[in-house]
Amino acid sequence: MSALLSVADVHIAYGKVEAVRGVSLDVADNEIVTIIGANGAGKTTLLNAIMGVLPLRGRTTFAGVDMAPLDIEDRVATGLSLVPEHRELFGTMNVEDNLELGAFRIAKAVAATSLERVYTLFPRLKERRKQLAGTLSGGEQQMLAMGRALMGAPKLLMLDEPSLGLAPIIVADIFRIVGELRSAGVSVLLVEQNAQAALQIADRAYVMELGEFVLSGPASEIAANEGVAASYLGFQHEGESVI
Amino acid sequence: MNTTIMLFLLQDGITNGAIYALLGLALVLVFAVTRVILIPQGEFVTYGALSYAMLATGQVPGTVRLAVAMGLVAFALDLFFARKALHVRLVMRSVALNIVFPVALLGLVYALVGPNTPIAVNIALALLIVAAIGLFLYRIAFQPIAHTSVLVLLIASVGCHLALQGLGLVFFGAEGLRAPALSSAAVTAGPLRFTGQSLAVYGLTIGFIVGLWLFFGYTKTGKALRATAVNRLGARLVGIRTTLSGQIAFLLASVIGAISGILIVPITTLYYDTGFLIGLKGFIAAIIGGLVSYPLTAVAAIVVGIVEAFSSFYASNFKEVIVFTLILPVLVLRSLAAPQVEEEKD
Repeated sequence: MSALLSVADVHIAYGKVEAVRGVSLDVADNEIVTIIGANGAGKTTLLNAIMGVLPLRGRTTFAGVDMAPLDIEDRVATGLSLVPEHRELFGTMNVEDNLELGAFRIAKAVAATSLERVYTLFPRLKERRKQLAGTLSGGEQQMLAMGRALMGAPKLLMLDEPSLGLAPIIVADIFRIVGELRSAGVSVLLVEQNAQAALQIADRAYVMELGEFVLSGPASEIAANEGVAASYLGFQHEGESVI
Repeated sequence: MNTTIMLFLLQDGITNGAIYALLGLALVLVFAVTRVILIPQGEFVTYGALSYAMLATGQVPGTVRLAVAMGLVAFALDLFFARKALHVRLVMRSVALNIVFPVALLGLVYALVGPNTPIAVNIALALLIVAAIGLFLYRIAFQPIAHTSVLVLLIASVGCHLALQGLGLVFFGAEGLRAPALSSAAVTAGPLRFTGQSLAVYGLTIGFIVGLWLFFGYTKTGKALRATAVNRLGARLVGIRTTLSGQIAFLLASVIGAISGILIVPITTLYYDTGFLIGLKGFIAAIIGGLVSYPLTAVAAIVVGIVEAFSSFYASNFKEVIVFTLILPVLVLRSLAAPQVEEEKD
């Protein structure tokens, strides 16, 4: 199986401070891969650099294309899409306009079917399609951000902390939909602090600490790993409370 | 004061205000999309007006040669910035836009110029010249520094204004120019006489406002421009080229500026540096609109025009002082009402 996204020995620095050091990862077709790790481990930085928002040193290829000379707009055109941590919606425009702009690079006929698909995945968005994006609730904004990204018919969707600040019931909804994307032929690279939920839907996982991957493997193995359980899943060895 | 004088002043004020409204809208548009405060807007006015005036007398304006020169620089910049990933399509596109277009325009001007060229052709040529200059101005002066702060962009903008104004002196000389009216028709309503020229001003202003509203509300490109203004990163993430958005904004602004110039040059004599003051009045309207609101800007521009007309009647020495003082209470109110916002980084 050839990798859809392949990242090899990537370093990312903010000035002189290296936030990501020598990281390699790959995502195959129809695969859900998650990167878990504590706040500040460098997960968001890594996703942003793969998208081209931040410069990186190292090699990234996507769908057989070297990403280095491409800027964000061209990476979008190759089928790579990022739902960023802050969602970056067009707040003063309505839901439908946001979604239509998600298909900016797509032919009009294809965009119409994409729109139907997104409305089927997120019926809530259809109800609110004339509402301004900035007035939506947090969960609806996350759905809109994902819907907008899906409108571009991506091959790989990179999700940055989709559950951040959302009510548990909405988080469950969003994770269910992420799981469904696989059947639509979309691969997912998911960055999450909610490790438990992420490991449940992912095929494989990487554990990130201080800018490096310390562990990787099938999601079930990672979930069963004692160190991971103690650090990220909230299970306890000696009966003391984490919180 | 009698009613007739008041009506005259109102009419005069609204005609000028309509022009300021066009310029103010262009300023808001450019600022929203690119964060550039477009000081050279006034030069687009003068270039449009005086290029048209020169064409009307059968001369070739120097602005068309400037367009060719700027196109060459823009082409060189395109090649330089794309040097690591040059491909044929990119080079061809750059050649077509930066070399072929202005050179063809130069050829067209030389072929068509003459004392008997129809007014419509002269207007079209003047518009194309200024459109090219506006487009290349963004490519040369602003696109390479598009990510910097508003202050840096403002300083670049002042630099462009000074350079273009100096070049204006070279192209048009220190003497003022005037052009033939667009139409000699006139309508009389009571004591007021509406010339074809002033009717054209109203018509075009309303037409532009409606056109912009349709463009931003209903077309894909218009929505993409709005999206760029609302959230630059979000726009890039859906594949909208923010550089293209910037070019379209500058193109629209330069065409709006040139049209304003062509509309007023039959009414008043314009000098190479007149545009700056006219642009500044559009700027006042744009500031009153907070550099974001199109309707508020349009209304403020009409108010600026009317205040100007009345103050030039009552205290003509203080005309400009009174007009520019309008901005003070607005700035005070705005700074009190709105909390200090940190500039968005992107």
